[in-house]
Amino acid sequence: MTDTSFAYVRNEMLGEQPAPSTSKGLVGWLRQNLFSDIPNSIMTIVGILFLAWFLPPIFNFLVTHAVFPWSVDNTVEACRTEEAGACWIYVVDRFNFFIYGFYPSESYWRVNICFLLGIVTLVPLLWPDLPHKGLSAIGFFVVMPVATFFLLNGGVFGLTEVPTEKWGGLTITLIIATVGIVASLPIGIVLALGRRSHMPFVKYVCIAFIELWRAVPLITVLFMASIMLPLFLPEGTTIDKLLRALVGVSLFSAAYMAEVVRGGLQALPKGQYEAADALGLNYFKAMYLVILPQALKHVIPGIVNSFISLFKDTSLVSIVGLFDLLNTVQATTAQVEWKSPHQATTGYLFAAAMFWVFCFGMSRYSMYMERRLNTGHKE
Amino acid sequence: MAKSQEQLQQTRSATSLIYDPKFRSYAFQILLLIGLVAFGWWIFNNTVTNLQAQNKTTGFDFLGNTSGFNIGFTLMEYDRSSTYFDVFKVGILNTLLVSVIGIVLATVLGFIIGVARLSSNWIIARLATVYIEVFRNIPLLLQLFFWYFAVLKTMPSVKNSIEFVTGSVYLNNRGLYVPDPQPNDSFVWVQLAIVAVIIGGYFLNRWSVRRFEQTGQRFPFVPAFIGMLVVIPAIVWMVTGAQIALDYPVLERFNFAGGIQIPPEFVALLFGLVIYTAAFIAETVRAGILAVSDGQTEAAQSLGLKNSDRLNLVIIPQAMRVIIPPLTSQYLNLTKNSSLAVAIGYPDIVNVFMGTALNQSGKAVEVIFMTMMVYLTLSLLTSVVMNIYNARIALTER
Repeated sequence: MTDTSFAYVRNEMLGEQPAPSTSKGLVGWLRQNLFSDIPNSIMTIVGILFLAWFLPPIFNFLVTHAVFPWSVDNTVEACRTEEAGACWIYVVDRFNFFIYGFYPSESYWRVNICFLLGIVTLVPLLWPDLPHKGLSAIGFFVVMPVATFFLLNGGVFGLTEVPTEKWGGLTITLIIATVGIVASLPIGIVLALGRRSHMPFVKYVCIAFIELWRAVPLITVLFMASIMLPLFLPEGTTIDKLLRALVGVSLFSAAYMAEVVRGGLQALPKGQYEAADALGLNYFKAMYLVILPQALKHVIPGIVNSFISLFKDTSLVSIVGLFDLLNTVQATTAQVEWKSPHQATTGYLFAAAMFWVFCFGMSRYSMYMERRLNTGHKE
Repeated sequence: MAKSQEQLQQTRSATSLIYDPKFRSYAFQILLLIGLVAFGWWIFNNTVTNLQAQNKTTGFDFLGNTSGFNIGFTLMEYDRSSTYFDVFKVGILNTLLVSVIGIVLATVLGFIIGVARLSSNWIIARLATVYIEVFRNIPLLLQLFFWYFAVLKTMPSVKNSIEFVTGSVYLNNRGLYVPDPQPNDSFVWVQLAIVAVIIGGYFLNRWSVRRFEQTGQRFPFVPAFIGMLVVIPAIVWMVTGAQIALDYPVLERFNFAGGIQIPPEFVALLFGLVIYTAAFIAETVRAGILAVSDGQTEAAQSLGLKNSDRLNLVIIPQAMRVIIPPLTSQYLNLTKNSSLAVAIGYPDIVNVFMGTALNQSGKAVEVIFMTMMVYLTLSLLTSVVMNIYNARIALTER
């Protein structure tokens, strides 16, 4: 009975075996992610065939057959040949126009300083670990716009005056985007607070304003700003074309911002409002010290998202005749000196890449903030 | 002592009026009202003065005047002797045409890409991600320029048209030429049959759902409905002898004759809108599907539901609740974005009415007001319809 020495029972542990080769390493990964079953395998093959059909021509167009400044034959003639790809030399040649528009070339340094100023004031605001957020906010929202205006416009400190008609290219795109952001955030907050006000008249005025702007396309707003704004002002007032567009873009994006902020206000538990009241804070103090800091933190991703759409929407000012990045590209796509089959495509690809870099950067930043804020809530 | 108490009371009553929330709220609202009315009056006054200075009259009488310009693509009778009001109608119809087709196509493409992004297949998921990240981060206007100027305008000339289906579909730099179906008179019976099947299908669906809820017996509604939709009109077709003659586009000396010519502006606008909006719809769909927790899938599996039932009865109804509100705003965005047609010359309402008609008639205030009202109406209508739908599928909490 006590004899347990059955010959067929193993009484020492087997050593660990490596996982089967089909479930680890490259093969395992392939089996799991690409060929797990028959439909999956078919999709994989279709996907690979699509890439094989799609990528080589694109690569050839962008690189192999493209004409670069350092190509052997880097004249416009090379772009005009049958098999030529993207005509990058045209983009390089017109690059200053795309960035500065008609700005006088001897004053490019003023625009460059503005770009630098923008970066210097923006980084401390976006970097979450840096202290003194209030100070950096003043830097970006007050100091930078004022300094940029005087630098670009000139007429003071011995700088020659450059009228806004000469501004253009990426410069004006960034100006419109920045002004839109700087103006729309405070207006949007006021509108959102107004929409949640207990005073019926204030509430309905805000609702009407927000819904009206949100219902119409930006292009009609810009048309209205450029055609009707001069009519609305006293006789004889002339109003700058850029300013008209800025007013239109700011009011338009303020309405969208208001809805984003309202989302944040609604997400706050009622207890926060009651706690602020119980502390005896008046309305403005309650909003400034208790409600808004929490509400805005909740909706930072939403705010950045509406900045992204604002940035893309700046391209619409080209329809009302401002020379933004898109319009400068569009204006050169038919230039005779660079006439070649792929001139327009190359120009659009360049503009698309510029816009894409800005928008993609912003969306990555918003995702980064979202992750950061999320962990904050779970703790 | 008595005096000081009296003083105290006085200050109290004085402060209590200022600090009375009711009084403050009324005072503030009245101030706002006065401010708004004054501002409105100031603008109104300025506008009237400015218009008088430019010798312009106001009013909507101009709508009856002859427009005197042609529109390349119209859905209704229109020529240069038509009125400005006809221009208005042509514009609205063209806007609606591109919006409706765009919404349908963008929904289909967006759902496919949204699901593809969640696919367990690595390549498919990556392709969908790349699609979304590329197209939603580039301005729509730029994409429209690309499709119009860089793709469609560089198509071959009429002589060298690209032929798709031999002898019927042609693509060249003047647009896309497709056969024009010309049904004969008895074809109306086939159309009636289709309408009848759809109405019948609605009642069949109600009956099958009721029977399923009462007895648990299933009725294969979708295959049955599709079968009916094919078979019944086909029988009617054969019985009545209805015919569709296709009017093929034929290359003549300078251009194609016959067929339907779809202008490149329309194709470019539709392409741009669909591709751009689909990227956003895909993200909406993905968020909606991810919002349904894994527990729901597991619960459905432990109930023993088969895969299709799990999707149709558990996952999709819950995901749709999350998807519908942002989907509505994407539909509205597409409709509003169709106004970018003005940049590539598709005759939508902004282009022909707010552009050409405004410039010719000079009635800036009226024209812009009417255009904005059109978008406002479209916007409110879509919101109302989608809100009704949303209320129907919303979670009924007990």
